[in-house]
Amino acid sequence: MIAGRDARVWFGALTLGLLVALALAAPLVTTIGPSEQEQVVATRFLRPFATDMNGVLHPLGTDRLGRDVWSRLLHGARLSLGVGALAVFLSTVLGVVIGAVAGASRGLLRGTLLGLTDFALALPRVVLLLLLAALWRPSAALVVVVLGLTGWMSVARLVYGEARGVMAKPFVESARALGGRRLRIVGRHVLPNVLTPALVAAALGFGNAIMLEAGLSFLGVGVQPPAASWGTMIASGRDTLVNAPWVSLAPGIALVLVVVASTLLSDGLQDAYDPARRR
Amino acid sequence: MLLGVVTLTFLLLRMAPGNPALLLLGPNAGPELVAVQERELGLDRPLPVQYGAWLTAFATGDWGRSIATGRPVRQMIGEAWPATLWLVGTSLLLSFLLGTTIGAMQSSRSGSPVDTVLSVGTVTLFAMPSYWLALLLVLVFSYGLQWLPAFGAAGLDADFLSPGARLLDAMRHATLPLATLTLIGVGGIARYVRAAMLDVRGLPFVNVARAKGIAEARVTRRHVLRNALVPVVILLGLSLPALFSGAVFIEAIFAWPGVGRVLVEAVQARDYPVVMAAVAVSAALVVAGNMLADILAALVDPVRREPESA
Repeated sequence: MIAGRDARVWFGALTLGLLVALALAAPLVTTIGPSEQEQVVATRFLRPFATDMNGVLHPLGTDRLGRDVWSRLLHGARLSLGVGALAVFLSTVLGVVIGAVAGASRGLLRGTLLGLTDFALALPRVVLLLLLAALWRPSAALVVVVLGLTGWMSVARLVYGEARGVMAKPFVESARALGGRRLRIVGRHVLPNVLTPALVAAALGFGNAIMLEAGLSFLGVGVQPPAASWGTMIASGRDTLVNAPWVSLAPGIALVLVVVASTLLSDGLQDAYDPARRR
Repeated sequence: MLLGVVTLTFLLLRMAPGNPALLLLGPNAGPELVAVQERELGLDRPLPVQYGAWLTAFATGDWGRSIATGRPVRQMIGEAWPATLWLVGTSLLLSFLLGTTIGAMQSSRSGSPVDTVLSVGTVTLFAMPSYWLALLLVLVFSYGLQWLPAFGAAGLDADFLSPGARLLDAMRHATLPLATLTLIGVGGIARYVRAAMLDVRGLPFVNVARAKGIAEARVTRRHVLRNALVPVVILLGLSLPALFSGAVFIEAIFAWPGVGRVLVEAVQARDYPVVMAAVAVSAALVVAGNMLADILAALVDPVRREPESA
């Protein structure tokens, strides 16, 4: 089946595309900056669609410091989506390289790489994230590195399985018979054939990375306030949940939307790529 | 595995910027004082020696004292881990039962409106961050309806209640954390069970069973579900780290007195000895869970009891 005919792929790609576009265009589609404050007492906790005393419309209301939630949501999306994308890029590259090399080699190297993968897979990821965040000063860059370094295992396993299959194919044998060196075989024959499953895993990992970034920021060990990220927004709305639930609800809904979209995209791509598993 | 985690933690601690001696003494300490404290902590010795000494102490149960509270770390963790084990274990069981039921229902009505609605529901649950779902539940059940307490494992007056009332109190406090963790798990498990059962449903032996005239419900239960359970049980073991990660957030939000909350608080206070111990204990719980899953998988699937031939 062609991926373009799957409703899930369309939904996932369109939703993600729209959110990325909104995030990129954040200064254009918002009227005020994400950290802009005026008379705090007069403009805090405005309800969604309320207009403040200057006649400025707040589509999603304001938080306890009178900052516009819609503006913070979109500017936060830049950070959250950006951190997620970079982290997934890092973990996918790592996973593909480790998986492909393990799949194409044998003996000690393969054993070591597989052992490393299984070991890392069994680590509680959040615990490791918390540990690293405790040791180094929390920042967006640290979150990217940590998420990248703890997210490559599922990709590596998928790619490994796929690479084993490719290595058994006749065209690899003929490449070897022609005198192709191992590295060249991996680069020219194995890698191009394992990219699709890696892409499927990356789509799933993207949602996961964004969820974890928000989680770390929520616990105060990720992106630091006053920078707007979805995690810091949810955390800042937590204390005012009863009076102003929209402060936490808006970024939460955005988060769920991104993860649903990337999950469905990954599902759809998986079925399109592997028709035997279609249902 | 456990040794690996502990070693990794040790190396990370030593790689990290910041001198523990300086941390203990405060910013006003002179260089001589720092040197004395470093010698006292053994920081002036070579790294392998430090590692050996620390590992010996850790293995013999000497986990040091918390920098923040001054209490022995072992005592802090010892009080916390049963609460975590109870929370994670119960929610694992509940989400497994619920998830399998939903997934099985969906797979036998694949493509129907019921299946579609349930699919939307499970993928949404799957996508929900645990801490956010927790906030929603607190908003509805604690503040809105005022049915359930929002935090802690027992009320302030718990010590003065009769045994029956105390049990009820404990159950009321456990409901929201447990519900959050379970709901998060249900989404993933239901999705997985549905896929696994649909895979099995297409295999020839299912058609043979049908051709023999076995009722559809029995085919589903005895032939499809039974075979689909093997990957699900293995998934259970693999999902333990994720579940434990979820518990960290849940414990932090609901002030549940478990290892996760101890860890989060220690991280925020840079309380290194406690962080080390909490990481080691959580890794141990995960390793134990994986072993349990392997044993369960062998119970469900006789083929796995044979020694590996491939």
